[in-house]
Amino acid sequence: MNVPSKSPVQLFSKETQAIFFNYKPQPIQRMLDFDYVCKRKNPSVAAIVNPQSASGGFQKAFFGRCEIAIPVYDSIEEASSKHPKAAVFINYASFRSAFESSLTALQQPTIQTVVIIAEGVPERNTKVLIARAKQYNKIVIGPATVGGIQAGSFKIGDTAGTIENIYRCKLYRPGSVGFVSKSGGLSNEMYNVLARTTDGIFEGIAIGGDTYPGSTLADHVWRFEQIPNIKMIVVLGELGGRDEYQVAEMVKKGLIKKPIVAWVSGTCASCFHASEVQFGHAGAKSGESDTSALSKNAALKSAGVHVPDSFEAFAEHIQLVYERLVKDGVIIPAVEIAPEILPKDLHTALKEGHIRKATHIVSTISDDRGEEPLYLGIPISEVIQQQMGIGDVISLLWFKKKLPRWASKFIEMCLIVAADHGPCVSGAHNTIVTARAGKDLISCLCSGLLTIGPRFGGAIDDAAINFKKALDNSVPPDVFVEDLKRQGRRVEGIGHRIKTAENQDKRVELLCQYAKQHFPAMKYFNYARAVESYTLQKANNLVLNIDGCIGSLLVDLLSSCGCFHEQEVKEILELGALNGLFVLSRSMGLIGHALDQKRMKQPLYRHPTDDVLYATE
Amino acid sequence: MARKKIREYDAKRLLTWHLKRLQGIHIPVQVIQVTYGGPSLTELADMSSDFENNQTQVDGETTLQENGFGDQHLDVWSKDKSWLLENKLVVKPDMLFGKRGKSNLVKLNLSLEEASKAIENLIGSSLEVEGIRGRITHFIVEPFVEHDAEYYFSIQSCREGNLVSFGCCGGIDIEKHWDKVKQVVIPAGESPIVLDTLLANQDISRQIREQLEQFIKGCYLVFEDLDMTFLEMNPLTLNDRNHVIPLDMRCELDTYAVFKNQKKWLKIEFPESWGSQFTDEEQFIRSLDEKSGASLKLTLIHPKGHIWTMVAGGGASVIYADTVVDLGMGDELANYAEYSGNPKEEETYLFARTILDLATRYPDGKKRALLVGGGVANFTDIAATFAGIIQALKDFHGKLQVAKLKVFVRRGGPNYETGLRLMEELGDELDIPIEVYGPDSNMTCIVQQAIDWIKG
Repeated sequence: MNVPSKSPVQLFSKETQAIFFNYKPQPIQRMLDFDYVCKRKNPSVAAIVNPQSASGGFQKAFFGRCEIAIPVYDSIEEASSKHPKAAVFINYASFRSAFESSLTALQQPTIQTVVIIAEGVPERNTKVLIARAKQYNKIVIGPATVGGIQAGSFKIGDTAGTIENIYRCKLYRPGSVGFVSKSGGLSNEMYNVLARTTDGIFEGIAIGGDTYPGSTLADHVWRFEQIPNIKMIVVLGELGGRDEYQVAEMVKKGLIKKPIVAWVSGTCASCFHASEVQFGHAGAKSGESDTSALSKNAALKSAGVHVPDSFEAFAEHIQLVYERLVKDGVIIPAVEIAPEILPKDLHTALKEGHIRKATHIVSTISDDRGEEPLYLGIPISEVIQQQMGIGDVISLLWFKKKLPRWASKFIEMCLIVAADHGPCVSGAHNTIVTARAGKDLISCLCSGLLTIGPRFGGAIDDAAINFKKALDNSVPPDVFVEDLKRQGRRVEGIGHRIKTAENQDKRVELLCQYAKQHFPAMKYFNYARAVESYTLQKANNLVLNIDGCIGSLLVDLLSSCGCFHEQEVKEILELGALNGLFVLSRSMGLIGHALDQKRMKQPLYRHPTDDVLYATE
Repeated sequence: MARKKIREYDAKRLLTWHLKRLQGIHIPVQVIQVTYGGPSLTELADMSSDFENNQTQVDGETTLQENGFGDQHLDVWSKDKSWLLENKLVVKPDMLFGKRGKSNLVKLNLSLEEASKAIENLIGSSLEVEGIRGRITHFIVEPFVEHDAEYYFSIQSCREGNLVSFGCCGGIDIEKHWDKVKQVVIPAGESPIVLDTLLANQDISRQIREQLEQFIKGCYLVFEDLDMTFLEMNPLTLNDRNHVIPLDMRCELDTYAVFKNQKKWLKIEFPESWGSQFTDEEQFIRSLDEKSGASLKLTLIHPKGHIWTMVAGGGASVIYADTVVDLGMGDELANYAEYSGNPKEEETYLFARTILDLATRYPDGKKRALLVGGGVANFTDIAATFAGIIQALKDFHGKLQVAKLKVFVRRGGPNYETGLRLMEELGDELDIPIEVYGPDSNMTCIVQQAIDWIKG
């Protein structure tokens, strides 16, 4: 067998730093949490390489109580040249790209150990990595591994699970055992076993379950033999592959002098009748007899390794060997130390009910946390199923009520009739000018919307409020108009630039007609009409305009639909909800104008000078 | 899953096409597949004569899109079956088992009619090969090649690279002549220059050596390019026109590499190994597993056994089964069942239901044990994973009592205390015995307990 004599022995220390490939916030945070608990001076993650993001940024993470900023690079070369002390490369790339990034990492002079987490890296690629690692005297751990840990010093990614488990298995301080396994999942169980039966691990490595792992059980056993702090070695192998035979051979040849306790799982394979059963790991395939668990256990045993008769006796064997080493004075049990206590995350503490947190935002109309969005508690699938219209959706989200169909239909009519009023009105004009200035759709829309106000389209609210107040207080129409006039205020909802008593606004007619057919009551509209007949005596164009019509009819709708109290109606009006209808409706027209101008590729609009009175002198 | 065997029919098609594509080497391989339930050999021969008339209509564009290499050769070649009528034929079952010659399953030098008959006699029938019973469903049919010399050639993936073997002594008795086989390892990622040494000093003419050298090098490149892990030709020969032709061939692909080889591998299937059959329950869990992002595995071993397992984690599940066997109760081990990778509650529920259904199916008055085992989890919330299992156990209330089932639980990891408490409370609620253990007990402690229970 080839002893990997030139490959590095000590991979990790309390100063070891890693370059992390692919930004994964959780494993990075878990590494830093381990660092803090172990009282490391420096965080173990020096840099992050994120090929998708541009170099130069940072990612935040907690290092104990404070946050630190970890630099982010877009290339492995740059990260390793800027952080020459980072000797470990932790590769969280997917199986598709793990090969290329690992190969690049191996070629960096400052990188000594490459850890590949991904499962499913093609065998052919892994073998190239193995060959390169050998050529450069470097170590590859994985693929398909959780990584490894040196107790109290350095932890790879997600190794050893939660911080509670790290406390429980005393991984915050070194023990005397070197542990290596194929399975990453079981390594956690074994840290637990070793914490119960010995003074804990010095180092634990999961080599990964592939047919050809980057480094083998034998490679790590050989390293453990040369690490002075490690006094005994525990190996957990599995069926498939010939790796355990190498360990047996090294023991036989006297290359390994430290006691080894080993178990190869998969002794049940003979019970499976089919010719081949694939167990969980790619390398664990039953069917080939000389790679069976039984014959590998036998080989290890005859080489002088402590091999129990079943996994059940594994812990006991480990304990026996450990206690003998303690008795012989080879092991002086590790002194217990108090680990640093990690502050709890807000999220965890909240979940456990230890703290409470005030929210910053409260929302009552919708909920996006479930399988589908809810509008006022109604799933959108139900909205669709019940064939609700846009008027119903508006009433759910704006008024928090499910209105009767006649009412939501009226809202839809308002949206339709006010959608556009030609290119000359101020909103559309602004949108057109903006579109022709080459601006994007949203800018065009906003530019048009910004003209909506007391003089253009924005009078619905005020008209509604004024008419309602006047009628509720039984103010006669003529008094109402004269009062406003005395105060120097306009009569909102009355008056049109071109429409007159003879040339009625068609939109007003349509809405009025619908209301007459469907509304239970129209007293506010009728009041508005009474105001109109008074103002028409003053001038022919002081007609009830579209704002006044919509405003008064919406007050009728809200008051008579049976869904709202008097107070709720007032509130809706004061919140400005009715103007919202005009804004929503006219947005359709404004978007149309913007698209229209863009479609026709209209050039920049410049107002002609002859249309301006230059009254500068 | 990593290494997977493929049928000889597919292996030969792939090799022929890619030898041509990569190295311009033509090998006169012609193959046809006859499947159980599909058209018979005679029907396939009839279709091929139709094809000759329509040959001009082969749609080049479709081919181009389908394999992405703009290679019409394969398509035309695989449709032209005129050789079925013109040649004597060889018929072999194509079921991934070896030693077909020794088992007398290779039929040589047949007419189309005889070949059809040979297939009809065997197809769909149950047969025992290599000690395993299975049903023959696939045949490969090829032209019979008159030949004298038989060579052995194989490439095998190994840790250092690929082990290439060649011998002038192929055939069914290759094991006897293994000393005549030369071997060389091509290091991973390096070009196969040293392949020539395989043919040096072999007792072959220069012309044949050149043919073989070219062929072996081509095969090596195809092997690498297609992410093969095993390729064996035994025997390999040369036909009367001195074209190299593999007579018998085995091949394995690395399915991990499927993401980069979809076009090169065509749409080949990865058949189950010989003799593997699945019960409805196993099939159901397989389909659940395929749809899920998590892993769910079920193999029935002794359906009337009294020790049932349902273990979290690939590594741990094997160890539980091991321990049952190692403690001498292999005959009572009813199943192997593993779940991992954080399955959803619904998936765990269906998984547990399936196992409980099987475990309570044959009540015989004897006690049964269910091992709900697992190691110390990394991040999985134990209470959450138990929710599905608890729901399933509730569904089987009554049946559990009839089957005298006792549940043994062992688990560690986040929130395990709550998980174990929920299980204990369930025992009281359903009035069935449930014992729970945490990380302070050995992972497999419940195996001995279960054995004591069923013996008691």
